[in-house]
Amino acid sequence: MNLLQSLQVAGRSLLRNRTRSLLTMLGIIIGVAAVIVTISIGAGARVSVQQQINGLGSNLLIIVPGSVTSGGARSGLGGASTLTPADGLALAALPHVAAVSPMVTAREQVIANGSNWQTTISGVSPSYTFIRSWPLASGTLFSDTDVAASAKVAVLGQTVLSNLFPNGGSPIGSTILIKNVPFTVTGVLTAKGQSSSGQDQDDTVLVPFTAAMQRLTGQTTVAELMVSADTSDDIALVQTEVTTLLEQRHRVVAGQPDDFNVRNLQDIANAASATATVMEYLLAGVAGVSLLVGGIGIMNIMLVSVTERTREIGLRIAVGARSMTILVQFLIEALLLSAAGGLIGIAFGAGASLVVAKVSQWPLQIPPSAMVIAFGVAAVTGVFFGYYPARKAAAMNPIEALRFE
Amino acid sequence: MDAVTPVVRVEQLTKIYEVGDQRVLALDHIDLTLMPSEFVAVMGPSGSGKSTLMHLVGLLDRPTSGRYFLEGRDVAALSSDDQADVRSRRLGFVFQSYNLLPRTTAVENVELPMIYAGVPESERRKRALEALAAVNLSHVVDHLPNQLSGGQQQRVAIARALVNDPSMILADEPTGALDTKASQDVMELFKELNERRGITIFLVTHEPDVAKNAKRIVTFRDGHIISDVAAADAVLS
Repeated sequence: MNLLQSLQVAGRSLLRNRTRSLLTMLGIIIGVAAVIVTISIGAGARVSVQQQINGLGSNLLIIVPGSVTSGGARSGLGGASTLTPADGLALAALPHVAAVSPMVTAREQVIANGSNWQTTISGVSPSYTFIRSWPLASGTLFSDTDVAASAKVAVLGQTVLSNLFPNGGSPIGSTILIKNVPFTVTGVLTAKGQSSSGQDQDDTVLVPFTAAMQRLTGQTTVAELMVSADTSDDIALVQTEVTTLLEQRHRVVAGQPDDFNVRNLQDIANAASATATVMEYLLAGVAGVSLLVGGIGIMNIMLVSVTERTREIGLRIAVGARSMTILVQFLIEALLLSAAGGLIGIAFGAGASLVVAKVSQWPLQIPPSAMVIAFGVAAVTGVFFGYYPARKAAAMNPIEALRFE
Repeated sequence: MDAVTPVVRVEQLTKIYEVGDQRVLALDHIDLTLMPSEFVAVMGPSGSGKSTLMHLVGLLDRPTSGRYFLEGRDVAALSSDDQADVRSRRLGFVFQSYNLLPRTTAVENVELPMIYAGVPESERRKRALEALAAVNLSHVVDHLPNQLSGGQQQRVAIARALVNDPSMILADEPTGALDTKASQDVMELFKELNERRGITIFLVTHEPDVAKNAKRIVTFRDGHIISDVAAADAVLS
């Protein structure tokens, strides 16, 4: 009696009791599906967070002014006006810094073409689109020469474009009024969509920061400096360099708090990723428990099945089955149940993951390793919990088994 | 002078059951020889030892002491696995309650012993159909046990006992659950198998009407053989 024949005998015996087989598999099906869904949700959330953070910019450090204390009232971060375009130039000279852009923002009414729209004017340098990984859809960006000349040129976000030029047609070359100052449109940004906080990132107009400072804010300081490190490995190094350099430039006395704050997006990403990992472990633990319960279900049914089939086992022994053959048959039955349950569970789990991905708009992530592991654990569970009933069947005394009522 | 080898030869066969503190002497130093093509009915009241003897001869149980030669081979000391192989290839069993696998067709039930005897799949179906033809059940090969009458089910069981071409069939009260007509059919079948194929039949029964179909009748009481006569000479109560 070879393994193939054992497989046939076991398979036939399972097919003869379809309902019972299906009910036995249910525990494993739910367990495996739960494992697949939880791992897929965890992985999807992780990728989604990573995508949002990448969307902010690559290898990005954001430097904001520190707090200012005025009459005992502390303004909070960004309240001070300490960052200057010169700081930006100094930072750009540091090693491992790929690009720097100052950022000056103002909320202004924009008029063009008979329409008007209030939007955020962002005064930036030409490296801004590189730092934010935000290419232009058409036209050109202003140049460093435009920045030096405080040129009155602008690049429109998609939301602004659709509101100021509702009839379509290229806005490039047309003139818009920002705070009644005429700016020439040179380009249009691609759509970026919502930020992680739900803001419409396309509702903006980019202008040279020099122009924004002179014509719009009238200030000599900038709201923030965006620094892009050349690789993600260098972010921590660049953060130290930036801090040291700015402390020197701002003559921060040792021991005193800095008058600026460096935000590292990688830290945020890592924290989010760590949270996702903890969630994954938690969910996988719950799923593991349900697999265990499924395994105990298999043992339960197999024990009932062995008792119920006592006479059958007695007969098989009488007509020449060796006890090892009986053991293998029942083990294979348990294995088939858990393996089939595992496969069905993977199918259900993948389906449920698809639904979750659709609803949450996360990318669908089902790591193949998750399927292999879930299936493997299910199969091992089947054999582990099937062994005791199988041994019980194999150890039966045929005379007593045949007399069993 | 090549003497014919007996199918069964037991010497001083003894079986003692230990139930709690009690020792029950089920078989007390039995000597018995069955020649090829014999048809022996073993009779006796309950607890007389006839079923115990069948279990020992059928290698379903081990004797406490004594020797057992099956077709000249000392089988009492074989390992469980080797005994299973002997059961599979040399012995056939028929039980009072048929013991067919439920939800399994007649022909698949008959194939069962061949699976354990290692008969290739291609040959199994053919031999199972032949065995069913031999018991006149060619018309119900694909029926399930619960679609068959008691007599038909017992004939399927006989086909199953027959299919590995055994030297001996052991039948334990094979007519116990059947009506008179079906009992007669089954006994006719045993006689035919015995006479046409030369299969030794070891029949355990307590019904004289059934036992008289045999050629030889051995009667047990309290673990001893109290009579061993040709059926024609038996005085059946």
